[in-house]
Amino acid sequence: MTPYDEMTASDGSVREAYRELEHWLTSTSVETFQNKRKEADLLFRRLGITFAVYGEGGDPERLIPYDVVPRVITGAEWGAMEKGMEQRVKAINAFLNDVYGDQQIFRAGHIPRDIIEANDAFVPSMMGVTPPAGIYAHIAGVDMVKADGEFYVLEDNVRTPSGVSYMMGNREAEMRLFPSLFRQHRVRPVDHYADFLRDTLRSVSPYKDHDPKVVVMTPGRFNSAYFEHAFLADRMGIELVEGADLFVRDEVVYMRTTRGPQRVDVMYRRLDDEFLDPQAFRKDSLLGVPGLVSAYRAGNIAIANAIGNGVADDKAIYVYVPEMIRFYLGEEPILNNVPTYMGRRDDELKYILEHLDELVVKEVHGSGGYGMLVGPASTRAEQDAYAERIKADPTGFIAQPTLALSTCPTFVGSGVAPRHVDLRPFVLSGADRVRIVPGGLTRVALKEGSLVVNSSQGGGTKDTWVLED
Amino acid sequence: MLSRTADDLFWMSRYVERAENVARLLEVADRMALMPQDAGGTDEWTAVLIAGGVAPLYTELVGKVEADPTLRFMALSPENPSSIYNCFSVARENARAQRHTITRELWEAINDTWHGIRDMTPEKVEGMGHTAFFEWVKSRSHLVRGALAGTMIRDDAYSFTRLGTFIERADSTARILDVKYHLILPTEEVVGGAPDYYQWAALLQSVSAQGSYRRMFGDQIRYTNVAELLVLRPEMPRSVRSCYDNIMENLQTLTESYESQPRCLRLAGKLRARLVYGEVGEFTGQESGLHEFLTEVVGTNLQIAAQIGKDFLLTPEGDDTPLAMPENARQEQTMG
Repeated sequence: MTPYDEMTASDGSVREAYRELEHWLTSTSVETFQNKRKEADLLFRRLGITFAVYGEGGDPERLIPYDVVPRVITGAEWGAMEKGMEQRVKAINAFLNDVYGDQQIFRAGHIPRDIIEANDAFVPSMMGVTPPAGIYAHIAGVDMVKADGEFYVLEDNVRTPSGVSYMMGNREAEMRLFPSLFRQHRVRPVDHYADFLRDTLRSVSPYKDHDPKVVVMTPGRFNSAYFEHAFLADRMGIELVEGADLFVRDEVVYMRTTRGPQRVDVMYRRLDDEFLDPQAFRKDSLLGVPGLVSAYRAGNIAIANAIGNGVADDKAIYVYVPEMIRFYLGEEPILNNVPTYMGRRDDELKYILEHLDELVVKEVHGSGGYGMLVGPASTRAEQDAYAERIKADPTGFIAQPTLALSTCPTFVGSGVAPRHVDLRPFVLSGADRVRIVPGGLTRVALKEGSLVVNSSQGGGTKDTWVLED
Repeated sequence: MLSRTADDLFWMSRYVERAENVARLLEVADRMALMPQDAGGTDEWTAVLIAGGVAPLYTELVGKVEADPTLRFMALSPENPSSIYNCFSVARENARAQRHTITRELWEAINDTWHGIRDMTPEKVEGMGHTAFFEWVKSRSHLVRGALAGTMIRDDAYSFTRLGTFIERADSTARILDVKYHLILPTEEVVGGAPDYYQWAALLQSVSAQGSYRRMFGDQIRYTNVAELLVLRPEMPRSVRSCYDNIMENLQTLTESYESQPRCLRLAGKLRARLVYGEVGEFTGQESGLHEFLTEVVGTNLQIAAQIGKDFLLTPEGDDTPLAMPENARQEQTMG
């Protein structure tokens, strides 16, 4: 089966949104693309838009391959996605409030309670602690794919989703490389993401009587996403802090400045729960701030995203997001979930084991594209080995049909060819409202036929255009 | 601002300045090695190692002092904390940690410099010529300072960055003069034989002050004049005095807005008073008077740097840093 191509319809005609672009693609020489790609690499290096890989030898500062061909989404498509994402994230916030509060959804029998309790990301000590304005998922990265012309949600990332700096960096690069394309298209801007993020973070300050002090917290300069942490702090005009820059006294968080201690009201943290506070979580963490959780429990600081969010974004709870939307919002889901078979259900487990050659099987707690089985691309021996793993721990696995992911025109060295893509827009939830910039990070599987878009496994990125209709 | 930010910026500019000074030292040594008579010899290279504070390390890692190995050690060795390679690399690490604080121009100036030194090999240095390499290092340092001057907001971050430059430069000028003085050991007032003449001329050259010297003192090179120029003259941008004018100015800017008088300001003020009101005869009269004075300058300068750390930056709590002698290793950044 030929997958859905976002530029060319099955009858060979070019879709409206890509008309100008198709003309540009056919009239631009391979040499020009090659030169522009080199220029882009140089630009990213100069700006330091890199991610760091330590311990593998070679240059620790890598570039994520950048594809110079933009991906186009129409305004109409985006309108529906935007509504759908807002709805999803609202429901997830309500769910997290409920999980760490009254747990009504379990009592109503819509979600089995043990799915939460078996999850390592569930933090029982957060029961009864309501974060400022009741917001848990301030920043959500909703991963979507297009199959047969429809968008499906793959994952809701509500811990510390990354990649937004590439969304912004890619736009900056694309505008420098091909200014004329922007004159031919009405591309909605994404530059105001940092303003949206700052407004969102300020809105959840526990204090209304003073200008909130907001900081970005990073594990440090050797973290692979350090560039992004610094980039966001810079664009928001706020301090980038590490654990050692902060201390807690009388359940209040302060940062060490050249003028003495200064109080912190809101923290956008980019490290995982378990490293946040050695007094509350991992004792050996040197990255966190002793006493931070006590300050949070006392309501003296807002932490974005909230502690314990991981219960809402594993691959087992994903199945229930449509349930959440109906239960908390009384609405029908706008965005599709991918049909998912759960190892924890006996009949579905049987189906999974009988159809390993057709399905994509994933670990419930896995991420980054590791530890999964892509049925159609696997050997019989691999399937047999994987089946043993599933049988040993059925609740640890889910399976989905192999989606015919859409493709986009991509420059591949010898010319332009279709490659599979996904999309991660970012949804910001504040005390006042939900904010979404029109766009997101498009990841592209650069290997022919490959469905794996993760940058750790040879994926690249593209500038993503939402057109003004 | 965050203390760590101030610390990173302070060391960023210190290391850029240090790279430039190492290049200046190497340039002189390299030139002296071209002299027909025994003007330079390996003493020149020993002087570079001593002024860099890495003579013991060199002996341990490399061994015999010779021109090429010393040049490689001081320019490109990753094992030498004071090599130009390491200076640029540490400067860049600090800049990278603070790239949200500094302007894009400043970041790019430092980042491009690092890419340049990272790709440098002994073969490339030979290929382009030693002089071209030293010029490159100096021009990168000028570019970084230019980007700083031309694009950075004049706030606390700027003051801490400037402090780093001048603390390092004061240290370097005092060390260069002291080591040279040791090496030449002048016996009469007017510099006598050809080797001495070239030595002092080269010293002036290393701080880009040959022309200034001629304009200020006339043709004859007297070591007292050289000492006056490098220690006491406010017009000379690499003199210890000039560095301390700048250090005081920046500390005062910082403390004005801080409503307090930290100890580092008083220490710096005392040293500056000696430089402002001192006379060259006071420390060039008797035997080794200059050496004692310079040793004191280097020691006090180290103490002031440590005190700035205590007053503003991240420095481990503890006793006062002991006075370090010029032969000792240089102050290095302690990562917080």
